[in-house]
Amino acid sequence: MTALLARFVSSRLFWPLVMLAVLLIIDVIAVPGFFAITIRDGNLYGSLIDILRNGAPTLIVAIGMTLVIATRGIDLSVGAVAAISGAVACSILLGSPDPGNPATVAVAIVVALLISLVLGVWNGFLVSVIGIQPIIATLILMTAGRGVAMLITEGQILTVTSPPFKALGSGFWLGIPIAVYVAAFVFVLAAVFTRRTALGMMIESVGINPEASRQAGIRARGLLFVVYTFSAVCAAIAGLILTANTMAADANNAALFIELDAILAVVIGGTSLAGGRYSLAGTLVGALVIQTLVTTVYTVGIPPIATMVFKAAVVTVVCLLQSPTTNQALASWRRSLAVRTGKGVASA
Amino acid sequence: MTDTTRPPAPEPVVEMTDISISFPGVKALDGVSFRMFPGEVHSLMGENGAGKSTLIKALTGVYQADSGTITLGGDEVSFHSTAQAQDAGISTVYQEVNLLPNLSVAENIMLGREPRRFGAIDTRRMRLQARDVLEGLGLEVDPASLLGSHSLAIQQLIAIARAINIDARVLILDEPTSSLDADEVAELFRIIRSLKESGVAILFVSHFLDQVYEIADRLTVLRNGRLVGEYLTPELLRIDLVQKMIGKEIAALDDLEQRVRETEADAGDPTIFLRAQGVGRRGAVAPVDVTIHEGEVVGFAGLLGSGRTEVARLLGGIDRVDSGSVAIGDEQAKLRTPRQALSRRIAFSSENRRSEGVVDELTVRDNIVLALQADRGWFRPIPKKRQDELAQSYIQALNIRPANPDAIVRNLSGGNQQKVLLARWLAVAPRLLILDEPTRGIDIGAKAEIQKLVVSLAENGMSVVYISAELEEVLRLSHRIIVMRDRQKVADLVNDDLTVDSLLALIAEGSGDDTDTGASA
Repeated sequence: MTALLARFVSSRLFWPLVMLAVLLIIDVIAVPGFFAITIRDGNLYGSLIDILRNGAPTLIVAIGMTLVIATRGIDLSVGAVAAISGAVACSILLGSPDPGNPATVAVAIVVALLISLVLGVWNGFLVSVIGIQPIIATLILMTAGRGVAMLITEGQILTVTSPPFKALGSGFWLGIPIAVYVAAFVFVLAAVFTRRTALGMMIESVGINPEASRQAGIRARGLLFVVYTFSAVCAAIAGLILTANTMAADANNAALFIELDAILAVVIGGTSLAGGRYSLAGTLVGALVIQTLVTTVYTVGIPPIATMVFKAAVVTVVCLLQSPTTNQALASWRRSLAVRTGKGVASA
Repeated sequence: MTDTTRPPAPEPVVEMTDISISFPGVKALDGVSFRMFPGEVHSLMGENGAGKSTLIKALTGVYQADSGTITLGGDEVSFHSTAQAQDAGISTVYQEVNLLPNLSVAENIMLGREPRRFGAIDTRRMRLQARDVLEGLGLEVDPASLLGSHSLAIQQLIAIARAINIDARVLILDEPTSSLDADEVAELFRIIRSLKESGVAILFVSHFLDQVYEIADRLTVLRNGRLVGEYLTPELLRIDLVQKMIGKEIAALDDLEQRVRETEADAGDPTIFLRAQGVGRRGAVAPVDVTIHEGEVVGFAGLLGSGRTEVARLLGGIDRVDSGSVAIGDEQAKLRTPRQALSRRIAFSSENRRSEGVVDELTVRDNIVLALQADRGWFRPIPKKRQDELAQSYIQALNIRPANPDAIVRNLSGGNQQKVLLARWLAVAPRLLILDEPTRGIDIGAKAEIQKLVVSLAENGMSVVYISAELEEVLRLSHRIIVMRDRQKVADLVNDDLTVDSLLALIAEGSGDDTDTGASA
């Protein structure tokens, strides 16, 4: 039992989970009914459900980001890709005579995802074939992508009316928001895709030691194409959910700063920006921490202008707790404590 | 001025006494003493891991000694940073030029000490001062030109100009000639001699024996972190120097040698597995011919930097050849990447176990299956059960400790990491296994196990290239030995009546300069 506890304490999920618990406790103290979940029209409502639903886009982007970061890369273009996919879907719906038709919605979604596939291949090409540093390579699409989205929407904020599309953002199925199903699907897909094949091991190997991996015969180029493409598709899915939420494609503001939240979720989840071992479960917890944080800001009543500062403070604390230096200091402190109490027992 | 062939003054400028430095798990320096005299070039000699760079780093303030004292000009000193050492007059020029190619020559020489006028840098005066320094060295370089526009050799000399401009009493040159050609080396030596005249104590580290014998007045030899001795260069024969650097290993593996001899006797006329003709790479190794038979162990002998590793890397596809051709069996083979070599069933095990070998944050199992999995591609994973079988069988066969396939490789000892790496290459069932220093830095038991493994692999028909700085290992295991010196092949001999001494003679003298001793093959 204590061994199990010790393993849990030393696992990299420990601090993110503690953080999540602390935030939830703060919420429940501020609002005693925070955990309450009500059923209306057979659908679940409540703050916890909101966290899951509103956190879904960030989580989906963060899952793709996790694999990119594991290869020692980074994908800054996810926000722009999300904006493009939203713009594409909305313009297709607007252009069709029957935007409420499920078939039209399916076409809009598939075309948006296919375009994101191309964008992901572009990123992969810049990073693996041309050899541009990932941060610069994806910065290109990060800045240019908003412009592309602008061209698609012709500078307008496109608003659409399409009940099937709207369901993606705010609909329910069997009482649970559809966005949550989508996030769960992407999560399971990524887990199976990387852990049931050798992809995960090879991504980690390349991230830990590129030269040793090369000498073992691993071709990093193909792996990089896969992860950047997957990241772009994840971003597009998130973009579709966000667009369906507001039923409007805003080239400038859709999914703004989502890349930063996604990177944060990955880092809070314990995957190092230096690449290597990654944890999708950690990313899940990380994304929940970030979304809970946003919710906490509102429940506790922190003025919206201070939101960013509060967020920064929490992130700083989590990162400090996870740093090797802190962990070493904590470990030596625990050891000295054990020695002191051990002596105490012996002398008594 | 005093006589320059003998120490001009009895007082050493640097005196390091009984220096010991430990890193987790290794004693890098064990009671080493070292001294330098003004106006003298002193060479620090030793193979990889002997402790040369640790000793230099102790002197320049990168590392602090666990015990022992350092005196500079008679005063005891303790440097906590390279800046402190530099202020005290110890300047270092590293192997890789670490200057700024985007700044001018003058800015590089004066960096951090720029003459100022009203708080701003006085460019005119800076260039004049830099010109003085360059002229002092007899270098004709425009101080206003960009550093990056000059050849690597000139950049190296400018780095030296910068180093001595700090009023250096002690100048440390770490492998300054590794990227220079003969003319450039001559120019460097001219400058070293003029600095020597002016009383600077120079520490010259190089693995080119010819250069050491040309320039050094005094030698200190280290081996395995211990001091072997200090000698005046003219009084130490090359062959004795090499022997002191390499040392003798207490052998307990004589029966292995017996086995190797026996397989040789009944070998008859073995088929050729690989024939390389004139393979070379500019700046790494001159074109060489290498033939490897099936079931043959070929030893590559030579000092560090002799080309022994460079040839092996070409055969393993790690570095690209820029001349020559390789045939496997009857067909021409391209070995341009490790992947291509592996597809020809040629596995290369790097001497840099940590940086190019194991993937240290992955498990033992992952590391063992890595090359095999890479060959299959990521979409066809090796079934978990098969992975476990592979891992278990190699853990048992090679006696890997801990015997846990889920252990993270970083936490294993050096010897066990090496065995995991070997297991990875054996798992692809290679026809040629290239082992570069497989026994370096591991304990004696693991060394013996790895050598036994090499012999039994060869008995089963695998070809092996075996590289080791420990000549006794090479002699014990090899059917044939290729001797490299100064990036050239100097001998290719059947190992029947070779001894450590005759091999040492080849490594030290070879047939490089005095060509009449049998390089006519």
